[in-house]
Amino acid sequence: MSLTNLIVILVQAGILVNMMLMAAAYMVLAERKIAAWIQNRVGPNRVGPWGLFQSFADVFKLYIKEDIVPAAADYKFHALAPVIAIGVAVTTYAIIPFSGPLIELDGVKYGLAMAPNMNIGILAVLAMTSVGVYGVALAGWSSNNKYSLMGGLRSAAQMISYELSMGLAIIGVVLIAGSLNLIDIIQAQTDGMWFIFLQPVGFILFLITALAETNRAPFDLPEAEPELVGGYHTEYSGMKFGLLYLAEYANILASSAIMATLFLGGWDIIPFLDDSTVLGLAPFSLPLVILGHMAFLGKAFALVFVFIWIRWSLPRFRYDQLMNLGWKVLLPISLVNIIVTGLVILFLQ
Amino acid sequence: MFTVFAIGAVASAVFTITRKNPVASAMSLVGHFFMLTGLYLTLQAQFVAAVQVLVYAGAIMVLVIFVIMLLNVGTEQQHPQSGGLRTTLGVMMAGLLAVLMGTAILARPTGRVDLPPESLTIGTTEAIGQSLFTTYLFPFEAVSLLLLAALIGSVILAKRHVQEG
Amino acid sequence: MSGSATLERVEKLRQSKILREVQDKDTVAMFEDPLENDMILNMGPQHPATHGVLRVLLRLDGETVVKCIPELGYLHRGFEKIAENSTYHEFIPHTDRLDYISPLSNNVAICMAIEKAAGISVPERAVWIRMLVCELARISSHLLAMGATSMDVGAMTVFLWTFTEREKQYDLFERICGARFTTSYARIGGVANDIADDVMRDIRVWLNQLPERMSEVERLVNRNRIFVDRMAGTGYIPAEKAIALGLTGSTLRGSGVARDLRRDEPYMFYDQVEFDVITRNDGDCYSRYIVRNLEIWESMKICHQCLDKLEAMPRTPVLSDTQPQSVVSRKAEIYTKMEDLINDFMIINFGTMPPKGETYTAIESPKGELGFFIVSDGTGQPWKLKIRSPSSSNLQALKYMAEGSMVSDVVAIIGSIDPVMGEADK
Repeated sequence: MSLTNLIVILVQAGILVNMMLMAAAYMVLAERKIAAWIQNRVGPNRVGPWGLFQSFADVFKLYIKEDIVPAAADYKFHALAPVIAIGVAVTTYAIIPFSGPLIELDGVKYGLAMAPNMNIGILAVLAMTSVGVYGVALAGWSSNNKYSLMGGLRSAAQMISYELSMGLAIIGVVLIAGSLNLIDIIQAQTDGMWFIFLQPVGFILFLITALAETNRAPFDLPEAEPELVGGYHTEYSGMKFGLLYLAEYANILASSAIMATLFLGGWDIIPFLDDSTVLGLAPFSLPLVILGHMAFLGKAFALVFVFIWIRWSLPRFRYDQLMNLGWKVLLPISLVNIIVTGLVILFLQ
Repeated sequence: MFTVFAIGAVASAVFTITRKNPVASAMSLVGHFFMLTGLYLTLQAQFVAAVQVLVYAGAIMVLVIFVIMLLNVGTEQQHPQSGGLRTTLGVMMAGLLAVLMGTAILARPTGRVDLPPESLTIGTTEAIGQSLFTTYLFPFEAVSLLLLAALIGSVILAKRHVQEG
Repeated sequence: MSGSATLERVEKLRQSKILREVQDKDTVAMFEDPLENDMILNMGPQHPATHGVLRVLLRLDGETVVKCIPELGYLHRGFEKIAENSTYHEFIPHTDRLDYISPLSNNVAICMAIEKAAGISVPERAVWIRMLVCELARISSHLLAMGATSMDVGAMTVFLWTFTEREKQYDLFERICGARFTTSYARIGGVANDIADDVMRDIRVWLNQLPERMSEVERLVNRNRIFVDRMAGTGYIPAEKAIALGLTGSTLRGSGVARDLRRDEPYMFYDQVEFDVITRNDGDCYSRYIVRNLEIWESMKICHQCLDKLEAMPRTPVLSDTQPQSVVSRKAEIYTKMEDLINDFMIINFGTMPPKGETYTAIESPKGELGFFIVSDGTGQPWKLKIRSPSSSNLQALKYMAEGSMVSDVVAIIGSIDPVMGEADK
């Protein structure tokens, strides 16, 4: 590992973490604004123009708040849970290829992606999301509060159930692309045939399971406010609460970015057509890569909007309905999807 | 890197059996699995590493924690030591294990061993897929059938229990 | 004190307190549980879904409710006792604080009860105005019930949409009687003041735009698969059980019993207006929700008919000033005529004095049958004033509905019963 390599990785890490924090902060604002528009309200508009600095005010407020730990809580795990939650969320960002190669140093090309050529790419993503449950489950257990415990239990059961369908939903994509590597999956889509057109069922399945994995409505049972007060973060305050909250939004952005990678062609700009010939730019030239990066972020944030939109439109599932949906509907559909995809590929060969 | 992961793995394994709080114990085991993942990665076995996290840390240990939380297992009380026999036997066993391991380590070939170049690709997804679906196809299918039978059997057992109850 | 000792103490205290509560409330709540699998969850009095300060003790097996013990009384203010120490007229503002979602119909109910006890008649125009405000209050209450139920099952947006409409209503209430929330609009022998023409016009404007808003809400949730799955089949109560528990109002009509005091025992001029009594036969949360939803449409019909009547009527006085027992401040007469000054002095100091006897008057309030039982000993203060509040009797069904369902259902059930704790605890 050369020095340049190390410096580049550090710079990438710095950019990614800052990007994630900024994005999460503005996603909170976007959520509040969009919710307000849906509900015929105005939304935050006091801090800065159009309330643009509201998120910073919120974070500052959380920083200066007292950190309350209940007397009966398990202090170590109470403090550990938010760290796990945010740590896992951030780690996922290392795997997502946000852009194509931007600069070349010592013959190696670097883009805004830390471990893009990992040949287990998508498996690593699944692994990280599956570990994310520890943050929520431990937060719920260590608070020593019954509502929190129920939130933690619900989230553990929910994540195990939906992880399965999520993994199976991806297999269709992997079968077509013939690789687990995220870069290869994007390359397979750059001729314009995005996998959403080949795998519409897989996309819908992945969207639903992603909603469940990120604990978003209509699957937000772990923090269902009318039932469990605050769910797993009932007993959290100050920046620990902030971290749990931040992790939730970081997970949403990560899920959206993965969906953009797997189903919406990653940094491919125009569907059905080859970008470089349409735009008259050489493949992997800097302007094209930057445009591609913009396209990637645009897709990711469009999906974030869908997440928010769904949250403010749909009621919440009940626990048994959630399990029924996961095991009796999504799992069979995803299995059939795999079989059909496999048969079609076999037939075409 | 190996040293870091190895020490981490041993330490978390020790924590797993010494912690009295079951959740702390389980979390140490999760840490242990992560250290093993690191070890796999240093061996270029990326697929095994990812599956280790996905299955063991991500699914099985979540279930374990789920059950611990559900049953609300309390902190284990200090058990009184039951006589010297157990301790003596334990020490003897530990000594035997140490001797076995020591001989194994001392008996290894000294100096660097040159691995064949294909050993670097053993752990990749392609290599595992190739060997599972060609060389070891029959055992692989047999094992999956066996697991399926076990799954169906357990479902039937659980169902009967529900009907009786 | 060391950490573990504190923990133990907290645990012990907590256990003993809750167990004592359960034992005190219901001896059947203690039953064999050798594995200690069950959890006692203390939902409320401070809980987002308990509509105020309702406290529900739940014994849970996993997520399933084994035992449900509602505990009332956290908002008890002793209104019945207060009534015994105040004149009838003084008690009217207290009724604002009963069902604080629809104070207008409470005002009307207490005034009707007092008028019946004292034998006071009310001018026709005032009766129409009372009907109008009662139906406006019903719309307001049902809008809240729909929004709150939706919010309890996770559809937050509906809550804010219905609240927007209620906000517009509050603005209208302010223009009708000067107060948005605590209205105290009805008077013994009429209402406080007539409704101005422009306010009447604005009520009509508001009523005309409401169907569109309502259908927006209906399109968003009424046929939503998740919403129907959450509501349909939960909190079931059959008609016989509902009658036996003394349920009234929309909660009863959701079980298929077509009882509506407006039709069955017509008071005011409800026999002169056209409306349907809505029932649904399923007896679950969804049917109760739909009953409330459709009743808003019926109330809109009645409001339109009342407005038609009021617009066609001459502007006659809305407070009966011919009967000495009614409370009127006729300033011009009081300052010029001796008899009126004496009468005013008597009314203010000793109140309306109904003859000795007992009367019971009930109206169909938004929550159900709101009745006032007045025992008069001939003085200006009631000897006993019993409030038959629909919320407290409707809440009796919570235990029956909730047992065997899941924790998530409990909030939906509370939402579908639509209790207001100010009225349930009195």
